[in-house]
Formats: sequence, structure tokens, C-alpha cells
Amino acid sequence: MAKKTSSSPQSHRDDPVNSSLSAQDKIELFRKMVRIRRFEQASLTKYQGGKMGGFLHLYIGQEAVAVGTMSLLGENDHVITAYRDHGHALAAGMTMDECMAELYGKATGCSSGKGGSMHYFAPDKRYWGGHGIVAGQTPLGLGLAYALKYRGQKGAALCYLGDGAVNQGAFHESLNLAGLWDLPVIYVIENNGYSMGTSQQRSSAYSGCLAQRAEAYGIDWDHFNGSDLYEVRAHTAKALKRAHEESRPSIIEIATYRYEGHSVADAMKTVYRTKEEIERYQREHDPVNVWRQHLITENVLSETDAKAIEKAAQQEAESAAVFADNSPYPEPSTIFDHVYWEVDNQTTAGQTGRHFFND
Amino acid sequence: MPRLIEYRDAIKEALDEELARDPMVVVMGEEVARYNGAYKVTKGLWEKWGDKRVVDTPISEAGFIGMGVGASMLGVRPVMELMFWSFYTVAWDQIVNNAAMVRYMSGGKINCPIVIRGPANGGTNVGATHSHTPENIMASFPGMKCVCPATAYDVKGLLKASIRDNDPVMFMESTMLYGIKGEVPDNSELPEGELVIPLGVADVKRQGTDISLICHGRAVLTCLEAARILEEDHGIQAEVVDLRSIRPLDEDAIMDSVRKTHRAIYVEEGKPFCGVGAQVSSMIMQQCFDDLDAPVLRVNSLDAPAIYSPPLEKLQLPTADLVVDKALSIC
Ligand SMILES: Cc1ncc(C[n+]2csc(CCOP(=O)(O)OP(=O)(O)O)c2C)c(N)n1
Ligand SMILES: [Mg+2]
Repeated sequence: MAKKTSSSPQSHRDDPVNSSLSAQDKIELFRKMVRIRRFEQASLTKYQGGKMGGFLHLYIGQEAVAVGTMSLLGENDHVITAYRDHGHALAAGMTMDECMAELYGKATGCSSGKGGSMHYFAPDKRYWGGHGIVAGQTPLGLGLAYALKYRGQKGAALCYLGDGAVNQGAFHESLNLAGLWDLPVIYVIENNGYSMGTSQQRSSAYSGCLAQRAEAYGIDWDHFNGSDLYEVRAHTAKALKRAHEESRPSIIEIATYRYEGHSVADAMKTVYRTKEEIERYQREHDPVNVWRQHLITENVLSETDAKAIEKAAQQEAESAAVFADNSPYPEPSTIFDHVYWEVDNQTTAGQTGRHFFND
Repeated sequence: MPRLIEYRDAIKEALDEELARDPMVVVMGEEVARYNGAYKVTKGLWEKWGDKRVVDTPISEAGFIGMGVGASMLGVRPVMELMFWSFYTVAWDQIVNNAAMVRYMSGGKINCPIVIRGPANGGTNVGATHSHTPENIMASFPGMKCVCPATAYDVKGLLKASIRDNDPVMFMESTMLYGIKGEVPDNSELPEGELVIPLGVADVKRQGTDISLICHGRAVLTCLEAARILEEDHGIQAEVVDLRSIRPLDEDAIMDSVRKTHRAIYVEEGKPFCGVGAQVSSMIMQQCFDDLDAPVLRVNSLDAPAIYSPPLEKLQLPTADLVVDKALSIC
């Protein structure tokens, strides 16, 4: 019988995955979240300064989800997400330079300027994107899990999706396959309450919570708060163990919040939700502050140290912007690179027949 | 004083008038109601018409588009918005196998009066997944129609005709056109009291004698700019033929123009392989072979997925300069 993962709320800090953290580990987690926040703030400013085009979906407010879940991953664990992808990218170890340069459309960007904000990739860091079609990544996450199992590797695929993405058919088909074939995929629903301007209540039919839909597929699930890294890590560890030890899928739904609009183009961000609602989250549930308070209370971090980390992150983001500014745009001829592997590699197959049809 | 309104407001007027005319018309899509549309196309319609007529959907394109197809079989007339036409891929089976095929497979017993509309264009740096221009794909399936209006006037009249059409109509707009103003007469100025433009009738947007620039969608604006340059800098009179609808296609308008000018270029934002221009140039070759003084040429987007990098995406799309260069090569 599929069920909700059990845990006692008081024990998150004492959970083995958390009690084993060194002071240095905890500071690193703080640094990771702060770097995401500062990167996002800098990219917003640069966007407003006309440095980039297209969409910009910011992760501010949700940092503990990417940092907390990904901090538990080992060398056979993989990650894939949607278009709100900068946080996961930095948490995966991608540099601010390559991420910022991608926003600027530069050749030094993580996707050579081809993908933009929604399409970051770094397979060498087991980070498989960056996907613009809502829920388009959910069968791919399943595929990563399938490949792990096929290759006999003990790992998991963490596939992130939004509260709006749960209503795409591809996600439901993926759940059935995951349950049917015992695939080690963990669907992480980052529930920030809204899909664009539509609240969860107006977009989803469910009993209990979104993750509970798992029961229909015989999949275990969990639902918890995403503002406290201890809580995120303690709960995620259970799903990871299930994937690693039993090759079984999970859905974990993490309550979180985005402070900015859906994208920078969202002029309605304080129309479909109130300013008070946003401010309450910032005041009471801010993941960076919550963690900061933990570390200060635990005497792991001083106010001065925290400020220094924040300042360094801000400088890193600014210097990434300088790097991006100074980087070249891709050469026009590279428009035709990266379309076909065989052509890029000048193989026989890549040289047989005509591949491109410009008149 | 002519009445100038934005392309997006011309769409809204068409929707508003059709909602008023026919109680079976329903406007549906992601964020179309309370949010006023991702591009403010449906602004105010929910407030005016309420929950039954203007409906926000979850992000379930296969589900809600398929639902619209089913409802249309029973006489509802859904006007479905895809936030980007690019998302048709998610709903493709419902569109192609159900909307486009059910009439044929039922031996004519069923029809699907559904409109699927939204923006289909590149040029806004949203990357390959969001920049598809699938009019050639839509038009290649008998059973559905495909319309690509370029101006505020055309979009209003063609949308009203599409909603009244008893077959599935794929209606493609452009986020690059939404903010452009054009002349659209008030209904009180029109003899018929409203603006309805039949599908399958092209519009010669500029008269010329030396070369035919045949086009659809935003490429019409590119061609008008190219025609201006050709005249001012080179003394060449280009005729700009806006197809407006791709299927049905106004064959006569194309051939009349080519018989007059003896030269033709097809300009479109879509990719070259099996593009609309490929179809049209084949038809010109067959029907106007003896009238041609030069091979029919084409201008398309460069044949790669849409690149993000803003200055490069500009190079990937058809420009007036490219059209001018091609024209000069055969004039
Ligand atoms: C198939 C598809 N339909 C619609 C969109 C447009 N769109 C992009 S994000 C989004 C909202 C998604 O909300 P949610 O899943 O909750 O993720 P969040 O943005 O909150 O992170 C929509 C409708 C899209 N990109 N792909
Ligand atoms: Mg959401």
C-alpha cells in the first residue's frame, strides 16, 4: 500500500542526515542559498538594464528546496528541472559566470548562448536541464531513472516540477511507468502556490495534497515545508533511500513560495495574490533567514560571518555580470552547430546527404 | 479620423462580438480569464462575460484542447488559446487525429467547429521550445484550416470568420504584432455592420509590377519594408501579396500577381523544408511556368532550431534586407 512517509516534526535537526553535518557543512549550505539569492537578484537588475532578452523566472524564496534536496546527492544521482532552473544549476555546482553569460546570450554561457534562462544544462554535473515545456521534463526524469537501473547503478533521478505541472498528462503517464517498473525517480513538486496567476485551488483537483495523487499509482509520497533546510533534508533522505535501496519511486511535495512574479514580465504579481501574503512569507518563512537563525543560535555562524558570505556572493554575482559583459556573442556560423551530433563530429553519417536547407 | 487599434485589441473585439452573437461560443485557455491573458489579448472579457463563457484552464493542453474538440462535436464553439502555439505539441494527437480526422472517418456525420489560436513566432528570445511557427505543419493536414493574419484589420475579420467556420481552424498570431496599431473601422461605419473576412482570400497589400513578394503573417511587414527599399533605392516596384490564410489558399491571387510581374519570392518566418513557400513555389512552377522570367526564390528562417542569443536570433529570422538582396538577384 502506498503511503505518506512518516516522520516526527521535532526531530528534523536530530535526523542522522542533519546531526552528521559539520559546522563547515552547515556554513556551505548557507553559502549555497545566499549565492542563489544574490545571483537571482543580480540577474533581475541586469535584465532590467537591458542585458538579456526573453524570459527570466526567478527562484528567490525557493532556495532551500534545491539546496536541501541536492545536498544529499551522491555520484550516481541525477537532477532535472523546469524553466525556473537557476537555483538547481548553482546548487549542482555550475558557476555564476557560465550561468550569467547564458542569460546574456554569450558564447561562454553554459549552453553556448543557445538556450537562455530556461535551458541551462550541465550533464557533467548530472544536471540535465532546464526545460521550457511545462512537465516536459517529467518523462525525461523517468528516463534517467530507467537508465540508472538498466546500467545497474545505484542512484536516483530527482525530477523537479511545479504545482501547475502536475496536471500534464505526461506526468501521469510517467507515474504509472515509475510505479509499474520500480524506477528510482523522485518527483519533487515545488509547490509555490501558483502556476502563473492561477492558484493551486483553481488548477488542481485533489484530495489532501498534490503528492497524494501518488497513492493511485501505488507510489509512496511525502508533503512537508520547504523553508527549513533541516526539514527538507530529513524528508528527502527517506525518498532517496527508497530509490537507492528499493529502486522505488516517490513523490515529495514541498511547500514553498516565490517572491517575484512568475517571470519578470508578470505585471499581475500583486493582483492574483496580496502584498501581505508575500510579506508574510518573507518575514516568517524565508529559507535563507531561517537557516541563518539556526546557525547563529547554534553558534556555527556569527552575524559578521553571515554578512561576509552575503557580500562575497554579491561580488561574485557582479563579477559574473562583468564576465558576461566581456564575453563574445556566438559567431553567426555557429547557428548551425549543435543541431546534429554526426555533423558536428564530421562523421561519415554527418557527411552523407544534405542536412540543412537554407536556400 | 480612421480608428486605429492594436492587433491584440482587434482580436479581443472579435472575441467579444462573437461571444455576444452566439451563446455557444466559449473562450478558453491558460490565464485567459482572471489574468486577462498572458498577452492581455482577452483583457476584460472574463469580467464582462463571466465564468461560463471565459474559462481559465489548468496546464493540460491535451486535456482541454481535446475536450474542446469533443464539445465542438456536440455544438459548442470553443475558441481555445494556446499561450504559445509552440505548445500544440502537447495537444497534437487531439488536434490531428481527432479535430482534423473525425469528419472524414465518420463519413461526414461529424464536424468540429473549433478555433485554436495563439501566437506563433520567433524574435522574442524565448528559445527553441517557445518559438515554433507550425503553419506549414497545420496546413499539411486536410481536414483543418490555417490562418495567419498580419494586421489588426485582418485579424479581426478573419477571427470572426474562423469562429463561424464549421471546421477546425488553426489561427496563428504573433507576439511581435500584438502591440502594432492598424486601422479597423468601427462597426457603425461598415455597411454590413461588422467586419468578417472570408478565409481563402488573399490581400494585395501593395501593388507592383516588377516582382511579387508573397507572404503571410509577420513576414508581410518584412515584405512591405523590403518593397519600400526596392522602390526608393532601386526603382523596383514590388507587389506584396498577403495570403492571410494558408489553407484554404487563394491560388488565383498568387497566379494573377505572378503573371503580371513574372518574378516571385516567397517570404515566411517558418523553416524552408516543406515550408509554405515550397508548396506555393511548386504551384507557381506548374501553373505559371511560361510566365516566369526567373526561378521562384524563398526567404525563410535559417534552418536550425531557434537560437536564444538575442543578436543572433535577429540574424536567424527573415529581414527586409535579405528580401531586397534576393529580389535584386533576379530583377
Ligand atoms: C506545455 C506548456 N504550457 C504552458 C506553458 C506556459 N507556462 C510556463 S510556466 C507556467 C506555469 C507553471 O507553473 P508551475 O508548474 O506551478 O511552476 P512555477 O512557475 O510556479 O515554478 C505556464 C502556464 C509552458 N511553458 N508549457
Ligand atoms: Mg507554481
